[in-house]
Amino acid sequence: MKLIIKNGHVIDPANNIDAKHDVYIADGKILSVGKMPAGFDAEKTIDAKGKIVCPGLVDLCARMREPGQEHKATIKSETLAAASNGITTLCCPPDTQPVIDTQAVFESIYDRAEHYGYAQILPLGALTQGLDGSRLSEMAALKEVGCTGVSNAMHPIENMVIMRRAMEYAATFDLTVFIQPEDPVLRDGGTAHEGELSTRLGLRGIPQAAETVAVATYIALAAETGVRVHFNHLSTARAVQMVGRAIHDGHPISADVTAHHLFLTEMELGDYNTNGFVEPPLRSQRDRDGLRDGIAKGAIAAICSDHQPHELDAKLTPFALAEPGISSLDTLLPLGLRLVDEGVMTLSNMLASITCKPAQILNIDAGTLSEGGQADVCIFDSDKSWQLNAETMTSRGKNSPFIGWEFKGKVTHTLHKGRLVFGE
Amino acid sequence: MDPKKASGKLQTDSNGRLRHFLTIEGLKSDLLTEILDTAESFSSVAEQAIKKVPLLRGVTVANLFFEASTRTRTTFEVAAKRLSADVLNLNINTSATSKGESLLDTLRNLEAMNCDMFVVRHNNSGAAHFIAQHVAPHLRIINAGDGRHAHPTQAMLDMFTIRRHKKEFNNLRIAIVGDVMHSRVARSQIHALSTLGAAEIRVVAPKTLLPRDVQKLGVHVYHDLCEGIKDVDVIIMLRLQRERMTSAFLPSEHEYFHLYGLTEEKLQFAKPDVMVMHPGPINRGVEMDSKVADGTHSVILEQVTNGIAVRMAIMAMIMGNRHGQEHAS
Repeated sequence: MKLIIKNGHVIDPANNIDAKHDVYIADGKILSVGKMPAGFDAEKTIDAKGKIVCPGLVDLCARMREPGQEHKATIKSETLAAASNGITTLCCPPDTQPVIDTQAVFESIYDRAEHYGYAQILPLGALTQGLDGSRLSEMAALKEVGCTGVSNAMHPIENMVIMRRAMEYAATFDLTVFIQPEDPVLRDGGTAHEGELSTRLGLRGIPQAAETVAVATYIALAAETGVRVHFNHLSTARAVQMVGRAIHDGHPISADVTAHHLFLTEMELGDYNTNGFVEPPLRSQRDRDGLRDGIAKGAIAAICSDHQPHELDAKLTPFALAEPGISSLDTLLPLGLRLVDEGVMTLSNMLASITCKPAQILNIDAGTLSEGGQADVCIFDSDKSWQLNAETMTSRGKNSPFIGWEFKGKVTHTLHKGRLVFGE
Repeated sequence: MDPKKASGKLQTDSNGRLRHFLTIEGLKSDLLTEILDTAESFSSVAEQAIKKVPLLRGVTVANLFFEASTRTRTTFEVAAKRLSADVLNLNINTSATSKGESLLDTLRNLEAMNCDMFVVRHNNSGAAHFIAQHVAPHLRIINAGDGRHAHPTQAMLDMFTIRRHKKEFNNLRIAIVGDVMHSRVARSQIHALSTLGAAEIRVVAPKTLLPRDVQKLGVHVYHDLCEGIKDVDVIIMLRLQRERMTSAFLPSEHEYFHLYGLTEEKLQFAKPDVMVMHPGPINRGVEMDSKVADGTHSVILEQVTNGIAVRMAIMAMIMGNRHGQEHAS
């Protein structure tokens, strides 16, 4: 199918394009941006006048809940939600049930997404078998079927000898190790940022050192083993500085931040709001500012959704008994646009942090409008105002602390492999 | 949302009257004073030949204790019975919830039994808030202790005891000594004392037993007991759980008593008419010497007695029968 996106303002940060262009697509690939190929005869035209045309978004961390927790959400429901929000690539952590530690589980998730065709899922492999923190997973086998990174998800490895060997083994096969940095011993059963609010509410605190000690340890191990390390979801200002320094020193390290950590602080928990219960925790205003500084200055490369859809009951409990996480596919781009509105970063840099930069971290060919590349495209109306409410959220999970927020900017079309998966 | 505003909104109705009693934080000083005044009027009930008033006749109060307690539960039971309410005691930690029933299901079942008021103790901070947010609108909730968060009736009985001896709060200097970190009692006392206008609130403990940013609650921090109780009018000792020694908060009971145990010698640093309080049960020889616990400055048993009148007052105010008229509820 030949398709043309006309009159849009194209922003393709990877190719330094930020201008009005037409985009030509054929056979699922980008044929050209700007210049009409000879003899191009479009079967379909999308008029993007007044809209932004950018690469399909790449979300570094999103849980589909399948296999294992289909009562929360499914690959079908969440890839469809992703398409509705301009997201065409989703990286899924290995903590499914069963865990992604075999080729069979990896391929079944990948293939199911292909089967529905709304967005592609790139699963991360497990760092240890069953995420048990003691036996290495068969990383070479995972690599063989297309896995580019391994992780122990939200199950930090306590034994650093095993961590070191896992990193060395991953480095052998050129796999990136994704780490959500937390020292579980220092966390000590905490559920909220250790500070004024946890003191007032009587919640067990998670000290900043639970993150900084882990970051320091893993930076040291990365230096020792030479493996590429990606830190998921930094939450403290100090960790941002440590990562920035390590990158400056030439270590192969990168980091992301969730969109919600760039907006919310511990104050979100004021009335024991379980929708504000996330891991790592929402921290102080100073930390939030530090994270914003990190994304603006480049110490943090990518913004992700850390999408964790839940059924209603998972949050209908006293605070510490709730399941962590936010349903956040619906707010990834809107919160990004809000950062631009608030002057934290330029539109082009913000889009880079949710397109080409996460793609580089995943070591995949995505997040650009390069000629010959897969035609994953997001078109949005940056002026459209709307309000988030549970009824119109596209994810099956309605657990969002942003319900009721006013946003500006809404996706109108999404193309995945040159096919219109959202919009008309 | 600001925790003060959030709890205030949940606890009081549009006229500022008490609907639930979940935490002291966010309640106005007038309301706390009203509780103390009402408790004063109830304290004589115990001296009558028939220790009962008919204010809560026909009202069913359910004591929902998800965490073991003898004294608090008993005083709530006595208070409810003296107000002529019917009382159900439910110890839930071993029954329904261990079979996988959710907290909300348990509540729905109790609602179906037409209770009017739940007195709730739960080991999770915020549990009483959660219950108040989700029960049917006619139900009233009293927090009898949630995790490390609040124990507001205990704090009010302490305020009642202090006021009986000292009359006013605004000249008082108070020291709270011991495990503030794990204490819901201390948090509620701090909010009560600051709302009632106490001149100075101090906390005295090693750093391991003080929560992060505790000074932001409006207290002065001391690590030395003699300095911390110097010239104070009231000393509130907190209970120290034995498990603090095994989880490295403290080296030993011996060292704790040496540094923070209240003895007659150390008591000399306080004002001559200092009151010594403790929410109980006391570990003699750990938090304080027996001579202090049983001495002339101690009001510890008085606190227990006052607990009944204060809990009667809070229950009566919540059920809207404060002046003795019978409202159909």
